[in-house]
Amino acid sequence: MSVFWTVSRWAMNSTQRHEEVVTGPNELAGRKVALGIESPLRLDCGVELGPFTIAYETYGNLNERKSNVILVCHALTGDQFVTGVNPVTGKDGWWPLMVGSGRPFDTDHYFVICANVLGGCMGTTGPRSHDPNTGKPYGLTFPVITIRDMVRAQAMLLDYLGIEKIFCVSGGSMGGMQVLQWTVTFPDRVHAAIPIGSAAHHTAQNIALHEVGRQAVMGDPDWHNGDYFSHDATPRSGLSVARMAAHISYLSEAAMHRKFGRELQDRETLSYGFGADFQVESYLRHQGEVFVERFDANSYLYLTRAMDYFDLTAEYHGVLANAFQGSPTRFCIISFTGDWLFPTSENRTVVHALNAAAANVSFVEIESDKGHDAFLLDEPEMFETIRGFLRGAEEHWNGTP
Amino acid sequence: MNSDLTSALGSNIRIDLLLIAELIESGSRVLDVGCGDGALLHHLTRHKDVDGRGIELSQVGVNACVAQGLSVVQGDADTDLVNYPTASFDCAVLSQTLQQVRHPKDVLSELLRIGRRAIISIPNFGHWGVRWQLATMGRMPVTKALTRQWYDTPNSHFCTIKDFIALCATLGIRIERHISADRLGNRMNFVGDGPFANLLSEQGVFLLSRPEAG
Repeated sequence: MSVFWTVSRWAMNSTQRHEEVVTGPNELAGRKVALGIESPLRLDCGVELGPFTIAYETYGNLNERKSNVILVCHALTGDQFVTGVNPVTGKDGWWPLMVGSGRPFDTDHYFVICANVLGGCMGTTGPRSHDPNTGKPYGLTFPVITIRDMVRAQAMLLDYLGIEKIFCVSGGSMGGMQVLQWTVTFPDRVHAAIPIGSAAHHTAQNIALHEVGRQAVMGDPDWHNGDYFSHDATPRSGLSVARMAAHISYLSEAAMHRKFGRELQDRETLSYGFGADFQVESYLRHQGEVFVERFDANSYLYLTRAMDYFDLTAEYHGVLANAFQGSPTRFCIISFTGDWLFPTSENRTVVHALNAAAANVSFVEIESDKGHDAFLLDEPEMFETIRGFLRGAEEHWNGTP
Repeated sequence: MNSDLTSALGSNIRIDLLLIAELIESGSRVLDVGCGDGALLHHLTRHKDVDGRGIELSQVGVNACVAQGLSVVQGDADTDLVNYPTASFDCAVLSQTLQQVRHPKDVLSELLRIGRRAIISIPNFGHWGVRWQLATMGRMPVTKALTRQWYDTPNSHFCTIKDFIALCATLGIRIERHISADRLGNRMNFVGDGPFANLLSEQGVFLLSRPEAG
């Protein structure tokens, strides 16, 4: 766990005024910092947010020139605990195959930073946080957050850490959206970018799936218009159903068939009832129940909304290529054949726009039938691609990570 | 694996690719369409300080390129060239691929829109060996240069050197250089670029430019 504390040595040198929030062993482990104290973060919805807290983790050591930074952006229900043991769930971090000693994001070589997104529920300010004006959780009074707001908050964290330029920013799914946003909002701060299983906008189908999840949450009587804290309740069943529906979209027909087929769960014959006869039902129910333990229902509403609102093409008046004009960043776009949530076609749209802007782009579609979640799994071709891409990016990087 | 791979690629580059590399100016921006495993791009990046990009149809090829640190996208010459801005490259390369695309004329035009120059190499269907087989046996030729039967060849638009020169004339494309070569890419200087080229060369390598580039 010592890596959590290495930041403080040089973070203290920062001349800006910040509030170090170091949590004790009973709180969430890791680091938190209060940002936006002197000048708040102006959100896309118009609200000024500040001060707010960002919870983040770091892995590896920052070199003297601060030139070996890889910023990892997590997906919808991910968090800052990328690798090692997640102190909240007691399980492994979400990307141990990508980040660690000898891994593609080699922590012997790179300094990996991951922050819980704005609106999240793992220590960064979100709807579960207490509103300083009322002393109660924000609930639905929390302002609506966008992907760009998340990225701006991360940029403030990097300012605080004294890091001007990132060697590489990477993430999958909603993390990939943040990666793309980083390259257009702060092009000069990003040397290389690896958006995986991502898109320039959320499709109608994806918005529809999110809406199903939100309706499940909001239709739960325990939701209490988002004020479940005051009622000492949790919309467990609604959030659980939302997770079950979403989880299906992260897999694929082939992956589900391989894993479950039509196998029955702990029984020999059909029950002729509505219990979890099938293994796949039992699995989904379990996923829902586990999720409720670690995730805040309102956060789920806010973060799915942020993804729905994401539309880089609209941000650049209908011409996506304009988002990347003059971009100095080296891109490596990765998609998976079996991903129907963020299909290759969506990723390819970004590639075409980058080509049209004469940007430096690589694009690899990886054969995998594991669905959208493939980016989290053991995909040797993805690792090899990323290793090679980083090697190439280093040759054109004056900072020598 | 880097250094081994590097030296292997450096020394083992195909002769026909080396012939193309010789036509490319140092320090230029190059788009290699149908770049395969990236051998030419790798060579150009290493030895000619070229800022190179590639397009490749096969996933295996693309992955091999990106894993070497090359900037290559998976794509199709027929459909994806339209996304590139005009005159965004000094040179666009299409090696042994024109005969495989669906619309050779459009692809050729696109290459000379994207690149100030283009280097195209094509197998020559006018070679005497091909003519001989067709004339004497009345069957589609299978030669050392054209190794596949008609039903499983990826080549769909064969042309002769003469045909290609005619197409360039139709499109108003200027042929700056025409090199005759055997199937491996060895220059056949004695053949020249006149009438004998169409009979004796197994492939033609052309350095082309847009008329307005003068």
